[in-house]
Amino acid sequence: MDWNLLITQLMNGLQLGLLLFLLASGLTLIFGIMDFINLSHGSFYMVGAYFCGTIVSLTGSFIAGVLIGLIGVFAVGALVERFIVRHLYLKDHLDHVLVTFGLILIFDTLVHLLWGPSGMAIPLPDILNGQVSLGSLELPTYRLVIIVAGLLVAGMLYFLVTRTRLGMLIRAGASNRRMVEALGININRLFLIVFALGTAMAGLAGMLIAPITEASIGMGNDIIIIALVVVIVGGIGSVKGAFYAALIIGMIDTMSRSYLDQLLQLMMPNTYAETAAPALSAMLVYILMATVLAFRPQGLFPPAGMK
Amino acid sequence: MLSKIIRIVLIASAIITTGVAQAESVKIGFVTTLTTPAGVIGADMKNSVELALEHIGYKMGNLDVDLIMEDDGFKPDVGKQKTDKLVKQDDVDFVVGYIWSHVLLASAKSVLDADKFLISTNAGPSQIAGKRCNKNFFSTSWQNDQTPMAMGEYLNQIGVKSIYIMAPNYAAGKDMANGVESIFKGEVKGKDLTKWGADAQLDFSAELAKAKASGAEGIFVFYPGKAGGAFIKQYQQAGLQDVMPLYTVFTVDSIALPKLQAGGLTGVLGSKNTQEWSPDMDNATNQRFVADYLKQFGKYPSFYGAQSYDAIMLIKSAVEATGGNLKDKDALRKALKAADFDSVRGRYTYGNNHMPIQNFYLREVVEDSEGRWTTKIDKTMYKNHQDPHASKCKM
Repeated sequence: MDWNLLITQLMNGLQLGLLLFLLASGLTLIFGIMDFINLSHGSFYMVGAYFCGTIVSLTGSFIAGVLIGLIGVFAVGALVERFIVRHLYLKDHLDHVLVTFGLILIFDTLVHLLWGPSGMAIPLPDILNGQVSLGSLELPTYRLVIIVAGLLVAGMLYFLVTRTRLGMLIRAGASNRRMVEALGININRLFLIVFALGTAMAGLAGMLIAPITEASIGMGNDIIIIALVVVIVGGIGSVKGAFYAALIIGMIDTMSRSYLDQLLQLMMPNTYAETAAPALSAMLVYILMATVLAFRPQGLFPPAGMK
Repeated sequence: MLSKIIRIVLIASAIITTGVAQAESVKIGFVTTLTTPAGVIGADMKNSVELALEHIGYKMGNLDVDLIMEDDGFKPDVGKQKTDKLVKQDDVDFVVGYIWSHVLLASAKSVLDADKFLISTNAGPSQIAGKRCNKNFFSTSWQNDQTPMAMGEYLNQIGVKSIYIMAPNYAAGKDMANGVESIFKGEVKGKDLTKWGADAQLDFSAELAKAKASGAEGIFVFYPGKAGGAFIKQYQQAGLQDVMPLYTVFTVDSIALPKLQAGGLTGVLGSKNTQEWSPDMDNATNQRFVADYLKQFGKYPSFYGAQSYDAIMLIKSAVEATGGNLKDKDALRKALKAADFDSVRGRYTYGNNHMPIQNFYLREVVEDSEGRWTTKIDKTMYKNHQDPHASKCKM
């Protein structure tokens, strides 16, 4: 057993999990509190990456790219909520799906028009492109940055949700929306903030991943499905659930990509194992979701009071 | 009286022109990927096809050329639908294109069963070179195994003792891995086939950690399109360029390089890859193709484009050799097989399975005189190389 490799892979799993959490936490809040199915959540992930890339290419500073990009995505999220999403809350879920699917197409086409089809590479400062040595371990610096940023945002979100008035309203909204409305809370403003906050976190995830995989059209559509799985496994509306589920899924995905082929080689010839392993590891996440739905349909950590 | 004459003339001319339009055009259906991030590859092919048509004035002999582009969306089922449409509804004479082996494998039957010509300008799956070879199938690219075989040969020559292999998990990815493994004499320390398709895996953290832990002397990868750029970034971020040199096929090309340069990934400069063509090849056809492409699109064409340009020239040579008689399939086939045209890679011939028998070169990533990153031929790895599946083709 190569312990260094195992620890590296655990860090990789953690990094993927935190990235998924950034996406899923917004999705679960919007889903749980506003009862709104937002398929276009992944579009904000993409928009974030392109905003960040554009600002980095203009200013040359990655930090500026992230900070200004975040404000940009927050603004886009707020505009979408104010002018499109707000008119849909009372409509059927099918309408949500149709409209937000339309939004995906609109965002993809807009990005195509503005930035072209070829995608965008985001250069990192040299200091982030290197590696960090921890004893005999050597990890890419940037992956550690993602982990730190993810944990930081998770901590801030925890503080926001459990220690502030806004968080109290969010939690109340997730458990019993009608009661919150009945108590005279400006629900429009609450929803606007939650939606824009959720999209900003998705945007942040996109900004963090883009220096690794490049920004490209439709990048959010690939990952939104996994983010939905995280939301379902964690329990709809539960930020805590999203956190644990994202980490579990990040670990499952990374570990199966790392060790499944060796495991399968014990049972079948090499040539089958190396083809079956990636297919099976892509499936495992969904197998987990199916299991959770079968035995605990409300998710692993449903919000309090949720029936 | 005068108006009656005019009317007759008009009607007559209408009949003649429609009659002419029907008989005197070569209809070419071109299937490639125009949407999804892989659309940049399709765009390069489309640019090259249009440039080729411009160069020949949209004429093959006396015939006009009709081009119909279709987008396969990076999906085998969509590719097949579009192919069916080209064959049945548009009734084209040639179905050309296909980036992806799995899309080609799904679509080939529709074309070949209708007794039309199928010309692959990229995908070269082992199946269609071997057992499933067909008299109406031609390739202007290569069989998948060949390019990685040339790389395997190079690895042997420079005495690399062990490698780690990474490729996407689909038809071509497996062919590429088999190709290099069949020639490479050293040890394969590990191999990862990763998820592929419209939602392909782009984060290779787990695989790179494994590669690093394996202690292999080099890493061989096949990641076409946007995955290539993503891979090289992560390869550099993982600090592998100092310990595990990068050997690639179809990964570091004119599509990836401008973005890698914009991203400042200098680790790729000097890296080696193999290919049957390179923008710096010194023949008149290629010089004209590359220069005009650079002028029109402001960047180097890729091998995808070069092969697509060649396909148009191949069809032109066959149409002209048969005097424009598209009905005479046997004569057309014979003319196609002769490959009597000036390819951008220089002349090549066709083997029994209609795959090119051609040279393969080692290319190095360099900076050109204007500071753009491109590839330059280092040396010839294989002379007149035929693919290993040809013997399985009963033709």
